[in-house]
Amino acid sequence: MRYLPHTAEEIQKMSEAIGVKSPEELFHVIPDNLRFKGKLDLPLPLPEIDLIRHLKELGRKNETVDSLNSFLGGGAYHHYIPVAVSAITSRGEFATSYTPYQAEISQGTLQAIFEFQTMIASLTGMDLANAGNYDGASALAEAVLMSMRLTKRKKILIADSIHPEYRQVIQTYLTNIPHELISIPWKENGRVDFSFIQSRLSEEIAAVCVQSPNAFGVIEDIQPISDLARVSGALMVASFTEAISLGMLRPFGELGADIVVGEGASFGNFLNLGGPYLGIFATKQEDVRQMPGRLVGETVDIDGKRGYVLVLSTREQHIRREKATSNICTNQALCALATTVYLSLLGPQGLKNLAQINYTHAHYLREGLSKIPGIHRKFSSPHFNEFVIELPDSPTKILPRLRQKKILGGINIENWGKGLERCLLVCATEMNSKEHIEEYIQAMKEVL
Amino acid sequence: MNIPEDLKFTTEHEWIRIDGDIATIGITDYAQEQLGDIVFVELPEEQENVEKGDTFGVVESTKSVSDLYVPLTGTVMETNDPLLDSPEIINEDPYGEGWMLRLKIKRPNEVKELLDAKAYQKLIEEEAE
Repeated sequence: MRYLPHTAEEIQKMSEAIGVKSPEELFHVIPDNLRFKGKLDLPLPLPEIDLIRHLKELGRKNETVDSLNSFLGGGAYHHYIPVAVSAITSRGEFATSYTPYQAEISQGTLQAIFEFQTMIASLTGMDLANAGNYDGASALAEAVLMSMRLTKRKKILIADSIHPEYRQVIQTYLTNIPHELISIPWKENGRVDFSFIQSRLSEEIAAVCVQSPNAFGVIEDIQPISDLARVSGALMVASFTEAISLGMLRPFGELGADIVVGEGASFGNFLNLGGPYLGIFATKQEDVRQMPGRLVGETVDIDGKRGYVLVLSTREQHIRREKATSNICTNQALCALATTVYLSLLGPQGLKNLAQINYTHAHYLREGLSKIPGIHRKFSSPHFNEFVIELPDSPTKILPRLRQKKILGGINIENWGKGLERCLLVCATEMNSKEHIEEYIQAMKEVL
Repeated sequence: MNIPEDLKFTTEHEWIRIDGDIATIGITDYAQEQLGDIVFVELPEEQENVEKGDTFGVVESTKSVSDLYVPLTGTVMETNDPLLDSPEIINEDPYGEGWMLRLKIKRPNEVKELLDAKAYQKLIEEEAE
């Protein structure tokens, strides 16, 4: 069955309207050598029974964090998700929900989002949080834009120790906006170079952006940077890639941050081969009108009963079009819901305990690996659940040997910048048991 | 509908009181009534140079949000900061306490392009139709 919604005549009409001879012309930007020539060699249709068998066979070829011993982190962390999370998020009332414009039929969804915002505000130590952005990287890019609007300045100091993909996303967001990004180098201990920030801060700087734990897993010293930023009127934008760290580290809001952004996927969202993820965005009450994204507020109805509605929508593109604070026109409702359910199930003490387990596992692994002759701990600063080690040889040689032993040993970060030759980013969470960790240490000894 | 005879107006429903080279600017009684309860107002920085036709701020009510347009090129001398905390003043007294900013006029010729009370009256009658 072919599904072609347009007739040849319609296609011709549309092509004429936009001034092209044929739709083919629209693809000319794709280099010729990348274009597929000829017809797709598709196999013939299969009966259902054969097709299911075939797909199952293909499925068995997949190797995931469930079939391998994974020590990958770097922005996507393998955590345990209680079965109750999916049981609740897959209820029909939630699963079908989209942006709840119509408050009178969306009270459940609105209340869940309100609870989400409350939890995030509390965990980040900020006055309020929005209903969610696309992911941690785009939330950070939005924070940069917000700081430029608030300060009417165009220069940004941005730490090189922020995850490189996050920095790329910022660059994409800023492509058509006059700006200057100034990279803050990292020091030997894996933290940002404080004296560099000191020397570059001026009344032209809109924001200082740092990440903690940073891309190397290192915990930054936020307070002195915030203090310094405040003096020159720059905003402090603090970000994170591993939300579980919020269970252990002091909230950024208590360390002088003006905007807190990060990746919330670790709170109850599956790895899902890379998404969808959940951008977290929290700020101060006084800056709320420049904040991007949906916001739900609590109010009372005509009878005095508690109710929830979208508030401050005039910041948004469905009201203000090109003058909106952002072009985000949704929130990650289902991911935010999973986070809300997950955090409710864990509770404050549960999250603290979980963070402690992550910390302990990663430190146990780091000590074990660092004792192997030829392996060194790269950075001396404190870390949470991931860290960098320097190997005697390139990870490109060592990782495949570990892979043969069904171990994903970490992320090769050699191309993340100068001074990272032979460096490997390794993560351990509650999913890596003591036995798994010891298996890894033993395997590493064998493959070196 | 209150349309004071001594004021000038724009098609964007702003009023202008000319006093020598100083222009005081606000939104009209008609504008505040159309907007409904005003809940937020954003004003420019003092000393900012503004060009006729630029937006100088935003006024937001419970049902909509509108940009405010500069009626005359000039420099912002003063803004009515009490509006930031009590924007409802604009509803209560649009031509008095609800004023928004004072400009030092740079191009006096532009004053001639503004509407007088009669022309503005006609404009809102047409809009009503």
